[in-house]
Amino acid sequence: MPDPGYAVAAVLVAAAVTWALRALPFAALAPLRASGTVQYLSTRMPAGVMVILVVYCLHDVEVTQARALAPLAALAVTVWLHLRWRNALLSILGGTLTHVTLASTLFGA
Amino acid sequence: MGIRTAVADRPTAFDASTPARRGRSEARRAFEESAAVGLGFIPLGVAFGALVTQSGLDWWWAALSSALIYGGSFEFLLIGLVGAAAPLATVAVTAFLVNVRHVFYALSFPLHRVRGRLGKAYSTFALTDEAYALTGTAGARAWPGQRVLWVQLLLHLYWVGGATAGALLGALIPDGVVGLEFALTALFTVLALDAVRERRHDLPTPLLALLSALLAWVVAPDRLLLVAFALFTAALLARHVATRREAGRA
Repeated sequence: MPDPGYAVAAVLVAAAVTWALRALPFAALAPLRASGTVQYLSTRMPAGVMVILVVYCLHDVEVTQARALAPLAALAVTVWLHLRWRNALLSILGGTLTHVTLASTLFGA
Repeated sequence: MGIRTAVADRPTAFDASTPARRGRSEARRAFEESAAVGLGFIPLGVAFGALVTQSGLDWWWAALSSALIYGGSFEFLLIGLVGAAAPLATVAVTAFLVNVRHVFYALSFPLHRVRGRLGKAYSTFALTDEAYALTGTAGARAWPGQRVLWVQLLLHLYWVGGATAGALLGALIPDGVVGLEFALTALFTVLALDAVRERRHDLPTPLLALLSALLAWVVAPDRLLLVAFALFTAALLARHVATRREAGRA
């Protein structure tokens, strides 16, 4: 365990930065809320933002290596389960279980 | 929109006379709306908590981090930083770079529906990717502020509970079992599929997002999130201007 004082300070610094990033833009953007352009963005951004976050999660997968098959197969299972049953919990558990199984056995270090 | 929503959104004389009852029903609706995603936090929280103890940190640090920072993907990175005793300035810069995407959420998150200074303060604090996705759906446009707050609070509790349980029980997970962190990818995949399905008449939007992310991956892999969000916002703005010009010509 690193020094507890340092570990707590790191959490507090990160919490302050994160909250500032979440809260301050509301004050800056308040005058823009009524604009047609902001309304246009607000209905379209959520879908795109989630797509970008999925790519971000996968971006350190090395597609040339065999072990990349674990996250890619798990992604396929997650998508298939969700399109088939539309149950978020089932999709998340099924995808994670696939990944853990493949990463721990076939492609284990 | 079902009948129940219509009833919940139009306070009756009965509701108005018993605000506590109305608050309770909003809590129950929030529980139903957040349950599926919230339960997805459990494998994720277990993965986070287990990683915390595997990295030599005490269990309470997982609870503290998940309660005070409440930003899943950055907290995974912070384990490594704290384990390596990185300078606090590095922690601050990394938190900024990973979480700067949240500035885009202020464009559309329904903070104006949340009442009271304390409520608004908490609502901005708990504005995670998942809270943004759940409150950004077409169905959520009719949610009163109280339900938005309840959804955020419940997601927060799921995350803290999962992380703490994971840190306490993580030692029970055999060393050879790896890959629990995929729960984060699966969670975002589910949220993306739901959001795209809701706007299935608008396929250019997810396609522009995918192209922005892939381009950012190629040109700036270390700044993927920031570059992808900026490109995507710029592409949407360009498309908006082009559509308006076309409409003006017609």
